Amino acid sequence: MSVSASPASPTEARWEKDPILTVEHLTMRFGGLVAIGDLSFNVGRGDITALIGPNGAGKTTVFNCVTGFYKPTEGRIVMRHGPGRQQEAVDAITASGLRYQAANDGSVFLLERMPDFEISKKAKVARTFQNIRLFGGMTVLENLLVAQHNPLMIASGFTIGGILGLPGYYKAQKKAIELAVYWLEHIRLIDRADDPAGDLPYGDQRRLEIARAMCTGPQLLCLDEPAAGLNPRESSELNELLQFIRKEGTSVLLIEHDMGVVMEISDHIVVLDYGVKISDGNADLVKTDPKVIAAYLGVDDDELAVEPEVASLVQEALSDASADIETTAAAKAPAAKKSPKPARSSPAARTARPAKAAAPAGPSRAKPVSSDGDHPGARPAGLKAPRAEGADPLTLIKGIGPVNEKKLNGLGVWHFDQVAAWKKAEISWVASYLAFPGRIEREEWVKQARALAKAGTRKTTSRAGSRK
Amino acid sequence: MAATRTTAVAGQRPGNDLASSLKDAMIAALLVGVLGFFFLALRTEIATGGLEITTRWGLWFSAIAITFGVRLALNLFVFRTSRPITRAFSGRGAAVSARLPGLGKWLGIVLFIFATILPFFIITVFPAQQRQFIDLAILIMTYVMLGWGLNIVVGLAGLLDLGYVAFYAVGAYSFALLSTHFEFIGFWTALPLAGMLAACWGLILGFPVLRLRGDYLAIVTLAFGEIIRIVLLNWYDFTGGPNGIANIPKPTFLGMDFTRGDDGVAAFLGIQYSTIHRFVYLYYIIFLLAIVTNFVTMRLRKLPVGRAWEALREDEIACRSLGINTTNTKLTAFGMGAMFGGLAGSFFATRQGFISPESFTFLESAIILAIVVLGGLGSQIGVVIASVVMIGGIELLRNIGFLSNIFGPDFDPVQYRMLIFGLAMVCIMIWKPRGLVTTRAPSAILKEKKRIGADMVSQGEGH
Repeated sequence: MSVSASPASPTEARWEKDPILTVEHLTMRFGGLVAIGDLSFNVGRGDITALIGPNGAGKTTVFNCVTGFYKPTEGRIVMRHGPGRQQEAVDAITASGLRYQAANDGSVFLLERMPDFEISKKAKVARTFQNIRLFGGMTVLENLLVAQHNPLMIASGFTIGGILGLPGYYKAQKKAIELAVYWLEHIRLIDRADDPAGDLPYGDQRRLEIARAMCTGPQLLCLDEPAAGLNPRESSELNELLQFIRKEGTSVLLIEHDMGVVMEISDHIVVLDYGVKISDGNADLVKTDPKVIAAYLGVDDDELAVEPEVASLVQEALSDASADIETTAAAKAPAAKKSPKPARSSPAARTARPAKAAAPAGPSRAKPVSSDGDHPGARPAGLKAPRAEGADPLTLIKGIGPVNEKKLNGLGVWHFDQVAAWKKAEISWVASYLAFPGRIEREEWVKQARALAKAGTRKTTSRAGSRK
Repeated sequence: MAATRTTAVAGQRPGNDLASSLKDAMIAALLVGVLGFFFLALRTEIATGGLEITTRWGLWFSAIAITFGVRLALNLFVFRTSRPITRAFSGRGAAVSARLPGLGKWLGIVLFIFATILPFFIITVFPAQQRQFIDLAILIMTYVMLGWGLNIVVGLAGLLDLGYVAFYAVGAYSFALLSTHFEFIGFWTALPLAGMLAACWGLILGFPVLRLRGDYLAIVTLAFGEIIRIVLLNWYDFTGGPNGIANIPKPTFLGMDFTRGDDGVAAFLGIQYSTIHRFVYLYYIIFLLAIVTNFVTMRLRKLPVGRAWEALREDEIACRSLGINTTNTKLTAFGMGAMFGGLAGSFFATRQGFISPESFTFLESAIILAIVVLGGLGSQIGVVIASVVMIGGIELLRNIGFLSNIFGPDFDPVQYRMLIFGLAMVCIMIWKPRGLVTTRAPSAILKEKKRIGADMVSQGEGH
């Protein structure tokens, strides 16, 4: 299932046609915490792709998976040196169990199978770090020479030729210094080549780290917050440097918080929140995406309803809810008085992929969900109708909004004790069904439900009442 | 007088220094008085019918007086003054080495020339003690070589190795066993074999410790050193256990022995036979080995592998992001260091003619590591200075006769060498925490050679 495809672009985008890096169904779990849940996206060849999202969204984790510092729990990360998708080659390597396939017209690498140093050495993916990691006690020039370790190692005959003083190594070292000088001129640090890297000011260190990564001769450069801590002038210099790198033929994937940098230079933006992709497209598309705005600015459930697409869903849910009030007396609807909370806990904002969200929130709330084959785990046992005393206000559970309450009701889940009885299998099924990977565990719905069921709370005051 | 000067300089609190210094010294003296009362002033001796208490008031009072005097002097000149007399010592050294980058190079050349002519210098200047001094020079040179070998692991790659003596032992036993079991193997054939075997042990040690960092790495290497020693001690059939291996052949010169006979070296060269020739020859062997070690290390520093070692010391994660296989890099560092340790070990075996596990205790590892740390991590010339100071200094203590005139004929200064050793280390760590030579020379230069201050250079794991 290609959830990665941006539904907004009718013609196939460049990053779909000719991706240098494809991340497919990437999942990374740390114990019970799902840092990335089923993430898929493409990085176009020759593009500057930005990976953005609020703090803790899992951006750096994606980087660490791509560059081999973490082994992803699930998923495939394909790096291609040749043009096009090379789907047959990718499938063949995946099936063969090899790590990569080298070919003249285009090698294909499965990064999730490769150790970190090979990803830089063979797959030609270089990276920088959020907290700068230069070799502070070595000079600027030495930093750039260390980056050329592998070609120099071969030139020195794996040290033996070098110790014997064979001429080949001197030539290679001269060339390496030339490459270093080339980059030092571009980052305007040529005058400080013989100073220790730890002595440089912060902005220079950032640029030096990028230059060092470029000295490995990468096809894809991954930058983790390159503009962090830079002043506006340095930021614009960074923009120029990144444009230059792109012109050199290296694709760029960057994590950035500085929207000035992101919007100005990015060809393609992928937005993450809670380890899930919430938007994917060019800058204009992402800028106007209500889910992105919600994730960044933080909106109340009510404000969210202003966005037309989501609003219609909420509206439907609400009309159902008012029907409930009439029929079952104890039903509830979203609170008008509820204190504003950040939008990241507002489920509708984050999950609503139109096609999926619409179905269960459709007019007929009694419409049972028929197919449960798509989702992992076990579908929770449901009741045809709420018990005699009426349905529990599931929205009291922090993390469940009106739309998801509808969806749960559609599954036959009406009561706190039903939620409290969920096991791992049910949780993963529901998480997948609601497109909420990891959130149920993180927000401890089951624990909350258990407490609510115990308290026997039927009071609907906190969230009950009509919003109109 | 000095006190008034310092108070005048301090300016802020005139007269306060002397009073507070006196008070502090008195507190220290009182403390020594209380603590020392039962240890120094009173003493129980076994006498007929039980214990007998004797008093030693003189000792007690002198301890108090010494404490008072030393504490007062320290307060006045070091602790409580704005111009401590140690400032020149601690501050200027770094400034000099930073200002005169050529100093180390010139010192190196001078030391090299001096080391080349050293045996002849000793024979002409100290003919009476020539054997003793050449022996000492050989010993110092052995430690220089060991220090240089360990410097690769600890100083360059930043991997704290507390079990370096294991490789020294492997080298020594390799040569001893090979030469006693196979007659055709002499020193020169066994030497490379011993080096290779030690390097193999370095790799074997390297594998399990690759994932370890800091203190854990130090402990595992320490354990490895002890394992080797205990295996040597208990594998009686193979190593001779505590009896060691005796009759290890001496090195030959172009196949000739240093004997009096017609087939000896002296007869071949047409010079008069003297027992000192063999010692001069041994000196030149270890000198050659040490120079090779230094040459290879200096070359490696300018090669990608050496730069990778230093980068590994600075930041391992960044190394991996640049495509450096840190596993192999660490293994080469361990292997290289172990190889030089093994070469020095086989020299040790041939020099002594007898080896036993007793020669390879943890103390040896500690001394070699102390030489590297004292000299300044990663500094080649620092290792030389530290070896001369530490090994030569300890040996010199044996020859200080005048001390027994003061402390009585029973006083043996050698017994106090560990105390002095420790004191020297404490002093160095206070005033020169990064060792004697604190700057790092870059391995590649674009325009101008600038030395890098120690505060920039990271010390790697376990420091």
